[in-house]
Amino acid sequence: MDKKEEIELISGVNVLKCMRCGKCSGTCPSYDEMEYHPHQFVYMVETGNIDPLINSESLYRCLSCFACVERCPRGVEPAKVIEAVRLSAIRQKGANHLKAEQVPELIDDDVPQQLLVSAFRKYSK
Amino acid sequence: MSVNTEFKPLIVAFCCNWCSYAGADLAGTNRLQYPADVKIIRVPCSCRVNPMFVLRAFQRGADGVILCGCHPGDCHYTSGNYFTRRRMALLFSMLDYMGIEKERTRVEWVSAAEGAKFAKTMNEFVETVTKLGENRRLEDLRCKKQS
Amino acid sequence: MQRIGVFVCHCGTNIAATVDVKAVAEELKNEPGVVFTADYQYMCSEAGQNLIQDTIRNERLTGVVVCSCSPRMHEATFRKAAAKAGLNSYMVEVANIREQCSWIHKDKVSGTEKAIILARAAIAKVQLNAPLTPGQTPVTKRALVIGGGIAGIQCALDIADAGYEVDIVEKKSTIGGKMTQIDKTFPTLDCASCILTPKMVEVAQNEKIHIYSYSEVEAVTGFVGNFDVKIRKKARYVDETKCTGCGECTTKCPMKKIPNEFNMGFDNRSAIYIPFAQAVPKVATIDPDHCNMLKNGKCGVCAKICTANAIDYKQQDQIIEEKYGAIVAATGYNHIDVSKYDEFAYNQSKDVVTSLEFERLMNAAGPTGGHLKRPSDGRDPKTIVFVQCVGSREAPPCAKGGKEYCSKICCMYTAKHAILVKDHYPDTNVYVFYIDVRTPGKLFDEFYRRAVEQYGVHYIKGMVGKVAPQGDGTLMVQASDLIANDQLHIKADMVVLAAAIEPDKSARHLATMLTASMDTNDFFTEAHAKLRPVESPTAGVFLAGVAQGPKDIPETVVQAGAAASKVIGLLSKDQLTGNPCVANPDELMCNGCSSCEKVCPYGAITYADKEFRQPDRTVAIRRVAQVNPAVCQGCGACTVACPSGAMDLKGFTNKQIMAEVDAICR
Repeated sequence: MDKKEEIELISGVNVLKCMRCGKCSGTCPSYDEMEYHPHQFVYMVETGNIDPLINSESLYRCLSCFACVERCPRGVEPAKVIEAVRLSAIRQKGANHLKAEQVPELIDDDVPQQLLVSAFRKYSK
Repeated sequence: MSVNTEFKPLIVAFCCNWCSYAGADLAGTNRLQYPADVKIIRVPCSCRVNPMFVLRAFQRGADGVILCGCHPGDCHYTSGNYFTRRRMALLFSMLDYMGIEKERTRVEWVSAAEGAKFAKTMNEFVETVTKLGENRRLEDLRCKKQS
Repeated sequence: MQRIGVFVCHCGTNIAATVDVKAVAEELKNEPGVVFTADYQYMCSEAGQNLIQDTIRNERLTGVVVCSCSPRMHEATFRKAAAKAGLNSYMVEVANIREQCSWIHKDKVSGTEKAIILARAAIAKVQLNAPLTPGQTPVTKRALVIGGGIAGIQCALDIADAGYEVDIVEKKSTIGGKMTQIDKTFPTLDCASCILTPKMVEVAQNEKIHIYSYSEVEAVTGFVGNFDVKIRKKARYVDETKCTGCGECTTKCPMKKIPNEFNMGFDNRSAIYIPFAQAVPKVATIDPDHCNMLKNGKCGVCAKICTANAIDYKQQDQIIEEKYGAIVAATGYNHIDVSKYDEFAYNQSKDVVTSLEFERLMNAAGPTGGHLKRPSDGRDPKTIVFVQCVGSREAPPCAKGGKEYCSKICCMYTAKHAILVKDHYPDTNVYVFYIDVRTPGKLFDEFYRRAVEQYGVHYIKGMVGKVAPQGDGTLMVQASDLIANDQLHIKADMVVLAAAIEPDKSARHLATMLTASMDTNDFFTEAHAKLRPVESPTAGVFLAGVAQGPKDIPETVVQAGAAASKVIGLLSKDQLTGNPCVANPDELMCNGCSSCEKVCPYGAITYADKEFRQPDRTVAIRRVAQVNPAVCQGCGACTVACPSGAMDLKGFTNKQIMAEVDAICR
């Protein structure tokens, strides 16, 4: 499976639905922090030009606020694409940033459990 | 058992007057070849095809039956091809149960502009049915071809 | 037993090159019922037709089979020829041995063989043919136009011009529709009311046109040429025949704080109102939801001051029944509700408006007298942002009420707004955010380029992501500029949303009454997308304006004129000749189960209780299906749905098709 297919599989997003309106980038609160902007993410996945994304800091500037997902008129869901690229990068590195046995130590009354669940999903292979 | 190189299947095609029959005409106008085994019967709409007609064709020795109609949403009579789609889905699965392989029956949407698609569909269908060989199920022995 | 003549055409070498026509003619002599066969160079030529006619007479033929080109080509020719020789036209069948035989095969042996089989099928069918006579129905020479916008107005005027009576049913209290609210029209910038109001007056003065304003269609029965329509004339509590439209009542009415729909709620009207000065008919209407007299019997001011004595608080809805030969659906559109698009802050700020609201703010007859002012504080806007494609071109499920289609008119009216703003207030900064600028139309792209080049409107490729009302009353517009690959933050005074347009909500119910079909977006579907664009698949129902699909004013007028010409064509006939190949139930076999009625797309099947003599000589009453041959289009869906096999289709009977199958499989 090539990178593009992998990302489409993880995210469940059909990047061909994008009509290039740029509403995602118009919406994005972290826009100025990013080298590649949400609409570029979608386009780069569409063209298969994914390596620059994986090596870019932009990947980790996305706050996963999902404003782009909420507002995309075509239902492309750019944040899910970005999330999928992040996951793909983590898998590529083979790194397990968060292991299951580490989770109990992190449980704390002040930390929402949902955060741990999503962090575990995000940072483990 | 003889080898099927000589086998010429008998294909009955029901074509709706507005789209598929015109599509078949267009295939002719463009001189797109398909086997002479296909014999077309004109019906006003694909929904006019009573499952009885399909059964009768098999009973009388047809090796394959294909129904062609307008594309969904384009039916001249608004909704006829939707009926066809449902009726034939049921009929074909029953025929399959009775031993007439699903490949022998087919519903295809061919518009009046799709002469090439018509020819391609017929070529494929004839090829598929030829591979399956003669249909021996449902055939009424009294109507058995004399040859 | 039929006496059948078979005629095999050479079609020059078109057929004869691949099919041994002589062998075909010879072989078919042996078919049962065939008394004559012949082959000829060109059957469709006059000599060929004469051969058919002479043979019919000499051989006393009862059926004819022509082996030639496609029946789509010359079936009508041969049928006409047979009719001239005194044979019923429906006793002629065509075996298609050109398009479906000679042209697609190269081998003469298999070609000839197939031609014989196709001819056999046609002969087998003719054996079972019966003479058919098309039915005749009279035509009511009166048309109904539903909707009194520019589409309805143009259509009614054109029909009336040809000398036929037309009624317009308009649900609002005046005709004119959306165009009355529009300021200028693109790309010529002429004033909409200056070109519309004369037409409205023309309608009012035309003796052939009757306007049912403040009325709705209640029920439609019947069929092409003979529709029976019930129209509900809603109580307006004012006698139309007496009211002079002086407007005195509207000034004296104490209930004055009702949002004025005509001005999109930017100002108020009274409970008794005339929508605008040029209304047709210019008659006051009382809004029963706000009138004190109607709500609790306390007031009566309007009745006291009306010198014409036109006020009638006891008026009731009236049902009018009328017969029509043709119906035109011209129900128009509305723009979608944009309040679900939170990002554009439409609900939060008065300065975020839709394009139609903006029209009123720019209109000389509007609430501001044509001076563009911010609705919130009345200040002059210095920066205006236009957002295109709000709710258009979305992907399903369109949860916020958006539409999958392009609304077509927004690019052009936004360019018009931008030009008008820059023309009146050159110092204003105007931004237009677009995804694509779509300007297919005469002088359309030039118009858009003028906005950019001559007026300096900033067109930016990108979409607005967020509009945030600020403490100082401005609006922070956050948007992307895709060409510069930048995110913009514009401090705007007003934001104008080019909202998607959708068919009027009443259209769905109307379509059900008319048995006219609609697409998933509730636009009426046309009989053929390319070749019959103003006709509904339901005979006698025609389409005009946005009810059929998004379009601008010139296109609407074109379509209305085309629909009118179709209506005139229909009404000019005294009798309608139907298609004789219609469904035909066998009453003795029908058990009245309603299966056929449910699958009929035209509503051609009804049921009647009929008396039948039983074998024991008693009389039983049974419910049986009846087909209206004027409505039935002959698709045959009912024939297959019928569980008892009572329903058959003339011209394509079960037996005939069975015989064709048998002949092919023999």
